[in-house]
Amino acid sequence: MTAAMMRRLLWSGAPGLLAGLVAAAVVRAGDIAPADKRSDYSLMSRDTQAMQDDDLANPGMLFVLDGEMLWSRKDGAENRSCADCHGDAAASMKGVAARYPAYEATLARPIDLEQRINSCRANHQGATPFAWESKELLALAAFVARQSRGVAIAEPADEKLEPFIRAGREMFERRQGQLDLSCSQCHDDNWGRRLAAAVIPQGHPTGYPLYRLEWQNLGSLQRRLRNCMFGMRAEPYAYGAPEQVELELYLMWRARGLATDSPAVRP
Amino acid sequence: MAQALINVPAKARRGEIIEIKSLISHVMETGYRRSDSGDLIPRDIINTFVCTYNDDVVFRAELFPAIAANPFISFFTVATESGVITLSWTDDKGATEVRTAKITVE
Repeated sequence: MTAAMMRRLLWSGAPGLLAGLVAAAVVRAGDIAPADKRSDYSLMSRDTQAMQDDDLANPGMLFVLDGEMLWSRKDGAENRSCADCHGDAAASMKGVAARYPAYEATLARPIDLEQRINSCRANHQGATPFAWESKELLALAAFVARQSRGVAIAEPADEKLEPFIRAGREMFERRQGQLDLSCSQCHDDNWGRRLAAAVIPQGHPTGYPLYRLEWQNLGSLQRRLRNCMFGMRAEPYAYGAPEQVELELYLMWRARGLATDSPAVRP
Repeated sequence: MAQALINVPAKARRGEIIEIKSLISHVMETGYRRSDSGDLIPRDIINTFVCTYNDDVVFRAELFPAIAANPFISFFTVATESGVITLSWTDDKGATEVRTAKITVE
């Protein structure tokens, strides 16, 4: 065992709280060392970083403005807005995006932020859920996520999440598709190197929903995951599939401790 | 209604070169793409952007289908006098969005 591996193992045992137990149970020696862990932001060009940092140049902020309007718009059979229950989002939604996907007891599995918004619409507003990747859903998710900017991604505290994190990890490390690649081969083993002209990021979902310049639009993490699978010549999971959420959950667990930066800008 | 974000300095010295930045939400549909059913999606882009400074046009741009969605336009002008800076975007459907900002020149 190398010294670096020892350090990683020692570190993994360090958090002693209940929250740490979920994390410690999933940590393995091959993980990116905590000292090497960095947001994908740090691997971008200075121009793209500047675009993200300036709220008046970041195109994701256009969606945040739309989301702010939707937050206080009454909707559905109950004629109720998000604000009617949750009040001022700056207070009530701070840190929320940093702890999703979260365990949903009625479904006995985790759901992500977009699914939470739609379940709120269906159950509390009596409104039709928004379609995946619709402008409305992305805008509301971006507005909610914006309230957590700078908040560190939380350690999953609910131990019921552990089997789902493991399932996500298994998928992340499994070779798949016609190229016979795993997510891990790029994002654990070769981050910082180049795939053609593009720098391979570590793949931490700190800033979703985010504005991807290639998309010329805001997109969810689920869209990004489908996009990656398409690139691996694997069959993407459907939007909202439990596998997608497990992957999201594993990625958030893997990114724990990094600050969120939604709406991020990525190339 | 389209969302727009503009950045005009609130104060400037007379003769100072100031930067004006603008961002607006728009699909900028090129007119070259086809829908899933094979029909051509009609072109819908912002074709004209104009900036007036107390009724004088200080910057004007014609836009074409190669411009990305949600166009960001930034340019410079000279702060001559206090007043109002007006930005307007007009698209192929004839819709115009207007934003204004006050500037104080000392």
